[in-house]
Parts: sequence; structure tokens; C-alpha cells
Amino acid sequence: MYKVVTKRFLNDAKTICLFEIEAPLIARHAQAGQFVIFRLDEQGERVPVSVAGYDREKGTVTVMVQAAGRTTRMLHTVAEGDVISDIVGPLGKATEMEGLKKVCVVGGGVGCAIAYPIAKEMHAKGIDVTFIAGFRSADIVILKEELKAASDKLIMCTDDGTYGEKGFTTVFLKNEIEANIAEGKPQFDRVIAIGPDIMMKFLADVTRPYGIKTIISLDPIMVDGTGMCGGCRVIVGGETKFACVDGPDFDAHEVDFDSLLKRAAFYKDEQDAAAQHICNMTGGKRNG
Amino acid sequence: MANMKMEKNPMPEQDPIVRAGNFDEVALGYSAETAIDEAKRCLNCREPRCRTGCPVSVRIPEFIAKVAEGDFDAAYEIITSTNSLPAVCGRVCPQEKQCESKCVRGIKGESVAIGRLERFVADYHMNKEKKDEIKAPESNGHRIAIVGSGPAGLTCAGDLRKLGYDVTIFEAFHKSGGVLVYGIPQFRLPKEIVAAEIDNLKAMGVKIVNNAIVGKSETVDELFEDGFEAVFIGSGAGLPQFLHIPGENLLGVYSANELLTRVNLMKAYRDDYDTPIKRFGRVAVVGAGNVAMDAARVAKRLGAEHVYICYRRGRDELPARLEEVEHAEAEGIEFNLLNNPVAIHGGEDGHVTGIELVRQELGEPDEKGRRKPVAVEGSNWILDVDTVVIAIGTSPNPLIRNTTQGLTFTKKGGIEADEGGVTAREGVFAGGDAVTGSATVILAMGAGKAGAKSIDAYIKSKK
Repeated sequence: MYKVVTKRFLNDAKTICLFEIEAPLIARHAQAGQFVIFRLDEQGERVPVSVAGYDREKGTVTVMVQAAGRTTRMLHTVAEGDVISDIVGPLGKATEMEGLKKVCVVGGGVGCAIAYPIAKEMHAKGIDVTFIAGFRSADIVILKEELKAASDKLIMCTDDGTYGEKGFTTVFLKNEIEANIAEGKPQFDRVIAIGPDIMMKFLADVTRPYGIKTIISLDPIMVDGTGMCGGCRVIVGGETKFACVDGPDFDAHEVDFDSLLKRAAFYKDEQDAAAQHICNMTGGKRNG
Repeated sequence: MANMKMEKNPMPEQDPIVRAGNFDEVALGYSAETAIDEAKRCLNCREPRCRTGCPVSVRIPEFIAKVAEGDFDAAYEIITSTNSLPAVCGRVCPQEKQCESKCVRGIKGESVAIGRLERFVADYHMNKEKKDEIKAPESNGHRIAIVGSGPAGLTCAGDLRKLGYDVTIFEAFHKSGGVLVYGIPQFRLPKEIVAAEIDNLKAMGVKIVNNAIVGKSETVDELFEDGFEAVFIGSGAGLPQFLHIPGENLLGVYSANELLTRVNLMKAYRDDYDTPIKRFGRVAVVGAGNVAMDAARVAKRLGAEHVYICYRRGRDELPARLEEVEHAEAEGIEFNLLNNPVAIHGGEDGHVTGIELVRQELGEPDEKGRRKPVAVEGSNWILDVDTVVIAIGTSPNPLIRNTTQGLTFTKKGGIEADEGGVTAREGVFAGGDAVTGSATVILAMGAGKAGAKSIDAYIKSKK
């Protein structure tokens, strides 16, 4: 059993929630870019979620989870002080930062939660960080202060203009790249994009003509997270890779997005059906 | 007077039609009466060859003699003096290739049903209402770490604990048992039985830390820093092999590992568990080993209308246990033998629509003596299926390979170790599939046993 020591909703709409969980084994080694797998209870499924932070001294790991399907909605009902059945990790490879000087980190929605620790660590290492954070609207914006502190330049944007600039992250990324060229400033030596698969696909299209290496973090369907099930297969540069052990970071210009998008939707019917079967009386808590 | 009947007492089983629709255990086990009758078939040879066929050296004639006397408790004591997992072995060991293959009764007629008797004794003990309290041997103060709670790790842990060592198993999954819980299905090895065997080990004082991935959560080096004096690696062969043919990433193509893990470990077949599984219509399973049979029978139980085993060799070359093949056939699994898959076809939406097979003929024997399949030119055909399960074997997980200095590895990625489990690095021992690549439960248990012996010798030599 693993205790939730802190729980806090990160936005007004309460769509994304922070959980700080006691897990000394994970806290000892976790790095930005890695993920953990949690399981709520005996009947629960194994759900991968990115590491959003860790405290080696306290022995805790922090995750920021968006309520999307049945399990994540049920997780949101877990209270501070409660326990979850399992959490294991850290899994996957840490995000590569070696030798980078100027990076643009792009987050979309809950992707900002995953991008945040990466930006924070890069910023702390002295890498010049521009952070572009995109959301659908003001009510779901997260980490306003944290992102500011973790970047040299922060652009917040919403699809409907209710917070920050109005528009998509793709537009602002292109603007920044063009501005670097126009003003004769050094170009980004890396773009790191984390968000919905479709957003990452379009961001990859933006950077491709400029030849800027672009890394995305994938979270495909998986069961064990240690290379055992092969469910998280992605095609990268024509080769089959396992996101759990070879990733989760991959070169966006090499990823086969069509296959990725289709695989991600494989259990959609089952997930939709399951999400409709959350008990209204208990709010998703099993056994009362 | 020995029972000179030529045949084994048959194993009572669930009706094939009924069982193909449930996940309950297929083989129902001997009654006490049948067990005593079967035990009397043993001639109690002066030099019991059966024992030489057992990787964990079960004192076979001795325990069978006790069964014949009706003293099942004494029989249990004898078995567990060398075997920590009798209820598991009695169910999944390929006895026909091991102890029973050496039985003199097998020369004329059938061997004694050693496996069924072992299972009977283990189940008798498990079902006893009042069990003798398990005594935890006193600790000798030496801490040993074991990586993986599969058959190799559990056996090694049990043997070391009996010798007094302070043993901790590190297991990556939330449930202990390794392949016994994620791989072998409920209907062949009920998970309650695995849990009971593990509880026995815990009662003996074996500690198990779940959700701990050695190589990720902590490294072998850190285990030594934390005060463990020796490490046994029994991390198995978890990495699924694929065919590398076109269409393998289509929707509806699974590794056997994924299908089995979803169903066995995560219990996707039960409505009260959250892990999803697709409804299958027509399923092709590629491969014909025990794992392929398990996958096929699981698919059938999940409601598939047709399940086909596709295998490039013939019936005589099937690598699965005969018993598993017969069980599968009885449950309506269809065999497409001498058919080699060359591509998987899909529709516009990316879902599997069929598997392309090429008919084969058997040619000259290869180095292992198995006749090599040769493609019949132009004989390609497409079997309409919506699901393909790849069950052609697994290789050792690279997590430890990538994070542990001082070990050497085979070309296939296995840890190099001698028969005693001794590796190139001092204090590190290894055994089971992590060394050999995918093999059997009992061979892994044998390796765990050998590892325990070597670790004991190593610790004593340091003093």
C-alpha cells in the first residue's frame, strides 16, 4: 500500500489533480522524462503516468493526472491520507539533456505536467528554456507559477483566448523559430513536445523543415511497463520499438503517427463503456 | 503386493465442451482412494531411476510408499524436504519427459503417475483444515537478495531459508509468482494454489518486496550496498519475440505475453476487474509450444468462434506437451500444421483481416534432428482472422543486462552462468530462463536449487 501524502487539484475545472505519493524505491532513482505505473486496488488496471516530480529525501514521487477514463476518474476520488494498492517505477529512459544549450519545450493540456519537470531540470542546468503551454480554455490551465519559474520565456495560450494568447501551440512555436532567424539569435537545438498525439504530430510538421531535432514523449497502451507485453509497440524510423523500455521519448520526425493514433484508440469502446459504469452512489469508490 | 495394472489411473477432468467456456481448472485431481491405488503401482525399485529424472531430486519412491500406506502427511514432508512448490510441479511439470520417462513400469505399459500423486499430496495438505504450523528456521544473519519471484527465485529462496539465510525476494509485479501468475492460465494452474505455496514460503520467513524492479528501482550494486551478501538473478525471459513479418503492428496482433498477462495476471476475463480485453471472433495463434496452447485455450474461453494454431512443422514436431495438445484439441482448437505465416493483412481501419500462410513440406532433419520445413512454392493462402497471437518464444529481459557491471552474456542475451548458477561476477548467481532463455518451470526450479547450493557454499567460503 502506498500513501497519498498530498492531493491538490491544479485547475478551476478540477480536471487535473496532483498526487504526491510515498514510494521510496521510486524516489531514489526517478528522473524527468520517466514514468510510473499505478494500480488503485485489487480489481484495478495498471495505468502508466509520467513522473511530475520527486523528493529523494522524503521518499515521495509526484504525478499529475487528468481524469479521462474510469481508472483516472476513480483516482481523483482518492483523498489525501488514503492509500493506493500499487505504484512501481521509475520506468523508461530519462529525457536526454546532455550538451543542450537552447530548448523549446511545448506542452499541451496535461502534457504540461509531464513537460514541467523536464523544463525545470533543464532550466536548473542553465539551459535556455522557452516554454509554450497550450490549453483548450482558461478553466483547465495548470502550473502558471511553476512554468514561469522553470523557463526563461513562457508563452501561455488557449484555443479560445480565455487565458494568455489566443491560438494553437504550433503557431507560437513557428513564431519563435522564425523570430530566432529574423533576429539573428541562436536557433533552438532541441524542441521537446508533450501533449495529445495529434498535437505532437503537427508540432513535428512545424519543426521538420527547419531541421530542428524534436523529441516527443509517448504514452501508448501498455500492461507491465518492463518490455514484457509488447503492447506499446511504436514504429520509429521503420523499426518496431517498445515505448516502455526504448522510450518513452522518441524522435518525432521518425515516429509513424498514423499507426500510433490507431493503436491508441484500440480499446476506446471498452474504455468508454467502462467509464459509464462508475457507480454514482459511491463516486467510483469500490466496496462503498 | 504391487498393483500390476498396465495403465495409470486416469485423471478426472472437466468435460471439454463445458470447460472451453470457463476458466476453472481442467484436471480435477485424484481422490484418496485412486491415489492409494496408483501409488501401489510403484515397485519401489532399489535404485530409483525416477529420481535421476527430477531436476529438484524429489524422493519419489519414498513419498509414493507413504501414499500407498495412506500416510499423506508423511508423504508431504518427504516431498517438501526437496521441493518448495509441489502443488505447482504436480500440475505443470512435463513428467513424461522427466521422472516418469525413467520409470520401469513405463517399459511395459504406462509409468506410475508420479506427477498426479505429487499433486494429490500437495492438494491434500493445502485442503487440510488444521495445518501444522510452519516453523521459520532461525536466521544465520546472512542476507541474500533474490531477483524475481518466479519458479527459480521461489525455489532458491525456499532452499536458502531452510538453511537459515535471511532471504528477500524483489518482484517487479504487484503479485508474486512470476510466470506462474502472469503466464500459466488459471485453468491449468489456479492462482489460489500459487498464492498458497507462496504463503508457505512467507510463513517460513521469506520476505517479498513487490513493485521493485531490479535494474530500475534499484541496481544489483545497490543491493550489495544495502548489505546483501549475495544476489540470485531469476528474472526470467520476459521479452516477447515477434516474427518480423509485414503487418505485425496492425490492431489485433498480440504477443502471447500480452494476452496472457491481461487475462491471467490482470484477470481481464472477469467482469469485476478493470483491465480491458477485446471480444475475439477468429483467432490465429502462431507457434505450437505450451505457451501457444495456453494462448489458444484462453482465446477460446474468451468466446472466440474459431481458434487456429498455425505452425510451420508437423504434428510429430509439436513442441508442446502431448497432454496440452490433446486438451486443446478436445476443446475445439483447430490445427493448421505445416503452415508458415509470411504476412498479416489488415483493412483500411488498421485492424487485422487475415494471416497469409505458406504450406510447408518436411525436408531433411536439422542439427537437432527435427525435420526442417520447406515452403511449397506458390501455395500461399489467407486464413480470415480478426486476431493474431504471436507465441514463438521469449528472450531474457535486458533491464539487468543494461544496469549491471561485471556479468557476461550469451549471444541471445542470457546471463552466462555455470550449472551451479555461478556467474562471472563474485557474489552474483543466476538461473532459470534469465540464463537459458525460455524453458520450463521445473528446469528453472532446478536452477534455483543449484543456485541456493552455490550461494551456501560461497557464503561459507567467505567466513
